[in-house]
Amino acid sequence: MAPRVAVVVFPGTNCEHDVIVSLSGLGAQAELVWHRERHLVGFDAVILPGGFAHGDYLRPGALARFSPVMAAVAEFAASGGPVVGICNGFQVLTEARLLPGALQKNRGLHFLCQPAVIEVVSSRSVLTRGIPVGTELNVPINHFDGSYVCDAQTLAELRAEDRIVLRYRENPNGSIDDIAGICNATGNVVGLMPHPERASSELLGSTDGLVLLRSLLAAEETEITTSAPSPPVPTW
Amino acid sequence: MRFRAEVVVRLRPGIADPEGATIERALGALGFDDVHDVRAGRTFVFEVEAQDEASARARAEALADRLLANPVMEDSEVRMAPLPAGQQGTGGLSEDRTLSGHQVPAAQEPGR
Repeated sequence: MAPRVAVVVFPGTNCEHDVIVSLSGLGAQAELVWHRERHLVGFDAVILPGGFAHGDYLRPGALARFSPVMAAVAEFAASGGPVVGICNGFQVLTEARLLPGALQKNRGLHFLCQPAVIEVVSSRSVLTRGIPVGTELNVPINHFDGSYVCDAQTLAELRAEDRIVLRYRENPNGSIDDIAGICNATGNVVGLMPHPERASSELLGSTDGLVLLRSLLAAEETEITTSAPSPPVPTW
Repeated sequence: MRFRAEVVVRLRPGIADPEGATIERALGALGFDDVHDVRAGRTFVFEVEAQDEASARARAEALADRLLANPVMEDSEVRMAPLPAGQQGTGGLSEDRTLSGHQVPAAQEPGR
């Protein structure tokens, strides 16, 4: 059965259709889920796409954590479900404390919209499972607040636990340790600034983003075939 | 009683502040080259209903930590002031809701 992916839409999200199109092209059943939804039942993966959730008011991602859907996202993540935050979605995940650290203004104060070469640093996340470490991917970035920052202890933990998932070949924004993406301790929650859905067709200049999305969907299929029978659907 | 709180949120020392650095360069271009270490930040002004200033401050500090600032990269500083008696309950903030003295027109329904 085609994996069912929830693509969360906050007011101000603007990359949701790109994500839907690229996932659909890979055979997934991707569906938009409005941020006021309180339950994520029957989904195999959740994506928080890019954009400007709640207008980026206060800080990017700061207000999205109050959207009703975020409690369901946290629950989904806690139960081991794959959750991927792309760009603004990454910012939302850090503000919601599902991932450590924060994203601050780019070094140089430029909004960056350009191709970026990123390197797979860890294969243990749901987004990079099965992709050899060292693989280089051409995936564009499109952000103002994309410079990853965290304290020294967090950085040491990320390194020690193999949780730095992607690094920039040439650091475009001042991110600490060239970090383009990280994951949580269990590898099922991933945040990245580059946009895989914008590298999903030859017409866009690169199909490398599909390598990541395919890994996400494959990881999910593997889980389906190896995990215990699904728990009964709650009856509310 | 109502107290007025002012919360200043700034990037923590050691965290690069490209906005402050850019403003500093602009100031240099204007001849203010005696200005150094510019840090950009934001100020939030609000009122807190509390028994005394200490508890109003505690509330302001708590909400600054939990929402206004992201402690990973920002510091917050809370300043408190009691509202003058005449302003209790009226909001206390500037009553001037106009820009440069011009009345801001109410939003109109788009024509059909």
